[in-house]
Amino acid sequence: MESLFHDSRNNAMTFQSHIRVRNLNVHYGREHALKNISLDIPDKKITAIIGPSGCGKTTLLKSFNRLIEPVDGISISGSVCVDGQNIYESGVDVTRIRKKMGLLSQKPYPLPMSIFDNVAYGPRIHGVRSKKALKEIVERNLRMSSLWEEVKDRLNTPASALSIGQQQRLCLARGLAVEPEIILGDEPTSALDPRSSQRIEQRFLELKKNYTIIIVTHILRQARRLADYVVFLYMGKLIEHGPAGEVFENPRQEMTREYIYGVIS
Amino acid sequence: MKAASLIILSVLALILATILLKGLPALNLDMITKTPRGGFYLGKEGGILNAIVGSLYLAGGATLLSLLLSLPIVLYLNVFAGKRSYLAAFTRFSLDVLWGVPSIVYGAFGFTIMLFLGLRASLLGGMIAVTLLVLPIMSRTMDEVMRMVPAELLDASYALGATRVETAFKVMTRQTLPGILTAVLIAFGRGIGDAASVIFTAGFTDHIPGSLLQPAATLPLAIFFQLGTPFPEVQQRAYASALILTIVILFVCVTSRLLIRKSSKNIIK
Repeated sequence: MESLFHDSRNNAMTFQSHIRVRNLNVHYGREHALKNISLDIPDKKITAIIGPSGCGKTTLLKSFNRLIEPVDGISISGSVCVDGQNIYESGVDVTRIRKKMGLLSQKPYPLPMSIFDNVAYGPRIHGVRSKKALKEIVERNLRMSSLWEEVKDRLNTPASALSIGQQQRLCLARGLAVEPEIILGDEPTSALDPRSSQRIEQRFLELKKNYTIIIVTHILRQARRLADYVVFLYMGKLIEHGPAGEVFENPRQEMTREYIYGVIS
Repeated sequence: MKAASLIILSVLALILATILLKGLPALNLDMITKTPRGGFYLGKEGGILNAIVGSLYLAGGATLLSLLLSLPIVLYLNVFAGKRSYLAAFTRFSLDVLWGVPSIVYGAFGFTIMLFLGLRASLLGGMIAVTLLVLPIMSRTMDEVMRMVPAELLDASYALGATRVETAFKVMTRQTLPGILTAVLIAFGRGIGDAASVIFTAGFTDHIPGSLLQPAATLPLAIFFQLGTPFPEVQQRAYASALILTIVILFVCVTSRLLIRKSSKNIIK
């Protein structure tokens, strides 16, 4: 879907849009968590959502694959279009939407099964039965998340025995195994040691050739290292969004400037 | 606090000592290999194999029935129902109330169900009453374990495109398997030891039940009837029966501990 779109600076952009958010409002009970958000997430780039804690970063991220659902007192209005389809329309197959996206959470949550079964979980659900095919999928995705060499001799041992850093890479492999288009990361390195974080960041830089990557981060240096596009949220409001270089070097909004220079946090 | 812990330990020790001292002299191979012969309750030969087998059948069947009901209940409460669901809150409240209902009430209630179904005092009738008795215990025990499962773990499964059903059976039950086994064990222990719920519903017989519709003897009732006789040697056998019941429970307890340890290796902490 080749289309021009505008960032908050009213520059016409030549990115291709992958996710298009329009007038998104999310309420948790009485709390207005996201206030009328409209933006486009560029295709096959790394987008970083930044902002202080509690500003709605994670809510925005989870609204992309409908992990926030209208249960538990959450109400959602507006639209989120992925590949042109509004995922909040009634009658949308949620599992198909979610299959398009891999999710990495703050703390890795491997499933309570073996390493092999963790990666094979998604493909099995989506109908892959052949043992040979599953083996091939598991190996390919573990290689892609650079975990294969470390675990190839113990694929049938429980995933819970892996280190936290390895678990996060396993979660990446597990997400990649359902052949998504988009990778969502909710502060994916915050529980990891520096070495493991670096490995995850490297994977992201390589994966963006083929995937649209969206990460939530509160580490500005990480956003600077990775992001092509930056979205700044504050108290549920979209303050500024645009190409990373411009937002970081020359923020338009006073608030963005203050956040980047550490005045507000 | 230490004193309180010591009190509970000494209570257990005293109970064990009592049944060991009084029961051990009467315990012999006949007790566990033979059914009562004529005059058993007057002190003549025979054993309580009928009650051992009856109790195992009854508690086993009731535990299985209860599991078939508990698992859907707790999966509904923890995977399908929203956090603010009134139905879920009401279900939990009902289970808590049912937990506190005395077992004789389940016996009486089970008896009316049996009348309604046209059943006589039988293994099946006893199973129904004991199922009612252990269902709240099993469900709430499982429920408490499932409530501890982090939402992120389920989200990880949803994010891969899994449905709630797949998440319930492939992730939730695996993650809580040790808790499920514990709940089954507690329910079995409670079921096999209860006398009041089976007194009207299961009946009592000297034979090993051959079908679900025949009456079944149970260990708690065997103890009750033997203690109620005026003969010291029969009363001693009651203690021996209590010892057997305790050993059965101990055996179940130890095996399930081993199973729980084995099933814990995949758990995500």
